[in-house]
Amino acid sequence: MIQIGRFRLKKERFILTLLAVPFILFVFAFSYVPLFGWILAFVNYKPGLNIWDCDFKGLFYFKLIFQDWNKMASVLKNTLAMSFLGLVCTPLPAIFAIFLSELPSARFKKVVQTLTTIPNFISWVIIYALAYALFSTEGVVNQLLLQAGVIETAGNILGNSRITWVFQTILNVWKVLGWNAIIYFAAIAGIDSELYDAASVDGAGRFHKILHITVPGISSTFFVLLLLQVSNMLSLGIDQYLAFYNSMVADKILVLDLYVYRLGLITQDYSYATAVGIFKSLVSIILLFSVNGISKKLRGESLV
Amino acid sequence: MQKTTKRNDRFFYGVTYLIMILLMFICFYPFYYVFIYSISDSALAQKGISLFPKGVTLTNYMEVVKLDGIIRAFAVSLARTVIGTVVTVTACSFFAYLVTKELYGRKYIYRFVIITMYFNSGLIPYYLTMRAYHLTNTFWVYIIPGAISAYYVVLLKTFIESLPISLEESAKLDGAGYITVFFKIIFPLSKPILATITVFSAVAQWNNWFDNYIYVQSDRLKTLQLMLYEYLNQASQISQMSASSLQHGLGGTSVTAQSVRMAITMVATLPVLFVYPFMQKHFVKGIMLGAVKG
Repeated sequence: MIQIGRFRLKKERFILTLLAVPFILFVFAFSYVPLFGWILAFVNYKPGLNIWDCDFKGLFYFKLIFQDWNKMASVLKNTLAMSFLGLVCTPLPAIFAIFLSELPSARFKKVVQTLTTIPNFISWVIIYALAYALFSTEGVVNQLLLQAGVIETAGNILGNSRITWVFQTILNVWKVLGWNAIIYFAAIAGIDSELYDAASVDGAGRFHKILHITVPGISSTFFVLLLLQVSNMLSLGIDQYLAFYNSMVADKILVLDLYVYRLGLITQDYSYATAVGIFKSLVSIILLFSVNGISKKLRGESLV
Repeated sequence: MQKTTKRNDRFFYGVTYLIMILLMFICFYPFYYVFIYSISDSALAQKGISLFPKGVTLTNYMEVVKLDGIIRAFAVSLARTVIGTVVTVTACSFFAYLVTKELYGRKYIYRFVIITMYFNSGLIPYYLTMRAYHLTNTFWVYIIPGAISAYYVVLLKTFIESLPISLEESAKLDGAGYITVFFKIIFPLSKPILATITVFSAVAQWNNWFDNYIYVQSDRLKTLQLMLYEYLNQASQISQMSASSLQHGLGGTSVTAQSVRMAITMVATLPVLFVYPFMQKHFVKGIMLGAVKG
């Protein structure tokens, strides 16, 4: 009897594993196979040619990154500038959550949360459409400022390269503020309310309680999110910058991901684009491990 | 003492309420503005509106419906949202269920999937892989590459592991196989997390335009989002040439390009805004679950 039972168990495990095989193959095909494409960075790839028929170039394209450093430096500067501005803004959702949590009306809080979360569910194309409606030369902002006599000629904010970094950062804050605050609402709700009661008994005022109870209560959440954002510094994504890209702001909005896209799919320089992509991946992985190390050291807990 | 505290409180609440109301306004006004512009008479809107529509009309939407291929684009977007979401949710949840079982090498299988969250090949190798798989210029490039997401698998696995094992065992004693157990027991019990993932996946599908932009050139498979993008770009090129050249009538009517643009924007936005109230409670739950490391 026991023998049969064990046999059945083995058979079941086998069947289960068999059922999982298609999924494993799928993950392999769509997440691991593309990695073989890194070979492109070491050969002179011409679209349409078989990879094995291309000239082997060794590290040529990686050296090219440094030879072509002026362009690369400008792209990195844009990427890091906007990442940095983004990092500076990371406390905003936390501050927003803290202050909203202080308000007594549950219904009001709910309405605020609902309305501030909406932008997170809108694509960058639509955000571009909204921004265009508000900020372009014939947009409502220019109209109102003209009417009020604040400005004399309409200015195109979307085409003003001097404010691109700040403007893109503000748009991003607008999109994610409410969404990123959700996790802080949860963290605040999880703080033991007895702490607040005890503090009140001791005569602590509102700001004392915020500073000494709420802030420490959410600081570990904040820290994790901040570190993750640091590890993602080079990966700003492409949607936002592609949507807002135009010839007037091109010099300021070209971030690393967009640069790779343009090198590869517009100038068809597949090999160089892949090399730049690998460069980005390597730096990102180093960042992730450093940040993880920092986290282990400071908090005794790893991020990944 | 008591009095100053009260006055401080009133001041604090006053300022906080004010800031919150301002924030709500900033978050919502752009949508409202585009909405009132889209239902206003073109000529009147061009002279400037800010709070109320002027000369309410549906002409702009009539013009949008007449645009070449827009109904098709709407259908493509809808199809990818529905099919893509069903495929992703089913595939991820079944796989997550399997990973909770005693597979051979389960730990390694799970890790094999999780690691994919931390690296990717980059755009160009991925693009060429899609081409090699003959997925470019097909509808399936919207559906298949995203069918398994490591992040969803983590969320689902964590949830399924928290379910009581006894239900599953009693079904097994009654002779149910794994697939029956999955569809009859695990799937219904996992409703909260499934709802969350359905929302995430559906919103991502509806909003995605980049895959359309790079993998699909065919007009027949164009999504609404890309159509909006192209339409906006055309229009902004025109307006860059001369700021006041926007008043070229479309199809001989007096509707301006700006009005039509606003109406298309609304068509692409409204589906999300309409289902938004229903999905809100689910994604809040989801982000909490996501915060717990899998």
